[in-house]
Amino acid sequence: MSAHSNVPRTLPRFSATFDPHTLSEIRRAAATGIYDIRGAGTKRKLPHFDDLLFLGASVSRYPLEGYREKCGTDVVLGTRFAKKPITLKTPVTIAGMSFGALSAQAKEALGRGASAVGTSTTTGDGGMTSEERGHSQTLVYQYLPSRYGMNPNDLRKADAIEIVIGQGAKPGGGGMLLGQKISDRVAGMRNLPQGIDQRSACRHPDWTGPDDLEIKISELREITDWEKPIYVKVGASRPYYDISLAVKSGADVVVLDGMQGGTAATQDVFIEHVGLPILSAIGPAVQALRDLGLHRKVQLIVSGGIRNGADVAKALALGADAVAIGTAALVALGDNDPQYEAEYQALGSTAGAYDDWHEGLDPAGITTQDPVLSARLDPIKAGRRLANYLSVMTLEAQTIARACGKSHLHNLEPEDLVALTVESAAMSGVPLAGTNWIPGKGGAY
Amino acid sequence: MNAFSPDITFDLAQSELRELNGALHKATGETNAKLWRVLNPNGRHALAAGVDAPLTIQVEGHVGYYCAGMNQQASIIIHGNAGVGVAENMMSGFVHVLGDASQAAGATAHGGMLRIDGNASARCGISMKGVDIIVKGSIGHMSAFMGQSGNLIVFGDAGEALGDSLYEAKLFVRGSVKSLGADCIEKELRDEHKKLLSDKLAAAGLSGSIDVSEFKRYGSARRLYNFHIDNVDAY
Repeated sequence: MSAHSNVPRTLPRFSATFDPHTLSEIRRAAATGIYDIRGAGTKRKLPHFDDLLFLGASVSRYPLEGYREKCGTDVVLGTRFAKKPITLKTPVTIAGMSFGALSAQAKEALGRGASAVGTSTTTGDGGMTSEERGHSQTLVYQYLPSRYGMNPNDLRKADAIEIVIGQGAKPGGGGMLLGQKISDRVAGMRNLPQGIDQRSACRHPDWTGPDDLEIKISELREITDWEKPIYVKVGASRPYYDISLAVKSGADVVVLDGMQGGTAATQDVFIEHVGLPILSAIGPAVQALRDLGLHRKVQLIVSGGIRNGADVAKALALGADAVAIGTAALVALGDNDPQYEAEYQALGSTAGAYDDWHEGLDPAGITTQDPVLSARLDPIKAGRRLANYLSVMTLEAQTIARACGKSHLHNLEPEDLVALTVESAAMSGVPLAGTNWIPGKGGAY
Repeated sequence: MNAFSPDITFDLAQSELRELNGALHKATGETNAKLWRVLNPNGRHALAAGVDAPLTIQVEGHVGYYCAGMNQQASIIIHGNAGVGVAENMMSGFVHVLGDASQAAGATAHGGMLRIDGNASARCGISMKGVDIIVKGSIGHMSAFMGQSGNLIVFGDAGEALGDSLYEAKLFVRGSVKSLGADCIEKELRDEHKKLLSDKLAAAGLSGSIDVSEFKRYGSARRLYNFHIDNVDAY
């Protein structure tokens, strides 16, 4: 035994810069020569709705009685130009997710769950399936750059049209559905051979810029005889200008997706390093609508990391009219369920962290086209779970709204909120708790 | 004004575009009102968009963006030039531009035939998904980008990056091609392709107008069908 054996030693210390995850990614990149592709949204910690708190009623404001006094949750979308706006019972909607990225069973379950609580679901790249149209009381049809599966018959069957310019996980990026998920049915709907990688373009093929967008919107209105509400969806990057231009182009509804919003498959570096957290994007979007005199007239739907009724209430208090959920809806269906832990482990992941949705091996049968795996998902039971979850979110939001003395979720306002951190106060435009200080107030977007 | 006896004449100097499109959408083709004439289009956008009936629609003048967009069944003849995205996402039918066409002619169209007697600008047939496009003049750059299926037949020349990232669309160009896009290569023009060309030209009313053996055929090398790091320089 040496003389130094009893000298205390410091513990091995990982670098904060070169942490174990970073090291593993360097090794993976060195071994493969290709960037990491994965599903879901950003996983980094960001200022979020958790950094805001509601100020409940007290002497200065009186609350509403829970279970007794009504707190409305309905929302009407598309009141600006469409002959047939859509009315939802809850402001929690289902975001666009494609058949191809998701199994037919998952799409059916989304439709069932959304319809059970009176809200909408949304198609995705790849067109409209009979399952989702059949089981979705209110269905929004996405109009994407790839135009996979786009046809006027489905356009007319839809209840609303959503022109997708970008999404929060990858503003400015297109997509790729890898060949292993291209079944015969998916290939047929997209007019492409089975088994090849299918790229989704990052730009629309027949228009560029807001002047063209206005003409494109007018074309879609003409084709559908001005009946359908037309949404424009953007990924959060320059929300003040993007929302302004979308509204000036004639949108009935604008959809703003933060970087916490999920994707079926994108480079990890893109997901983690491009875009804005939704908390920082709502304020500029609402200001754009106010500056145009159209707040609450052109409806704002926000998405990206919405998980519970508190998030819903906070988004609405900041000025949104509704929210959309994607990742949370998949979890409600059964995604990343611990019951499949052994299989997640076999895939090199663990329940709760599994994000290789592009590989088509999802043990939960949701992000796959494998007939054996997708058969694991019972669309009726999964739809019931989603309906339960949506109901809970709505009840939670109502609980908070009543505590703030609001008879409708849309009566929530920024004055009901405070921020816990300087960053979240600056981003959301509500004062730091215990102060009347809003960092950066008065600055331009 | 050409010799044509319409059942219905719509003068856009007197009526709104929305009235015209609404009337066209209500037409089933089962009545006698099958022949329509549109006067004074004056570059209006989305003219005759979303028609789904076996009508013949003569447009007497120039049109703006997205004329005949998402057309189904109808024959739409434009006696003038067409703006961006003529016959975009067409499903079936026949669209004939007697003049020139702007960018993205026939973009994402799934079926039917688009005939352009003049030139077509950039991105002609971009993301085409089954349409037949015949251009008697030349086409601009990035034409047939990500073309999935269908046939693009060009009597004249093609600009830069023809057929970039091409899937299974077939491209036939009689004149010069400034450059080919990523994964687009020249392929042998076999007898089956000559027959295909003859059939398409006949369907367009151009039978015998040109020697089909003068065309060169271009298609996908299929090297980019599945992402591989060794092909990264192609992107």
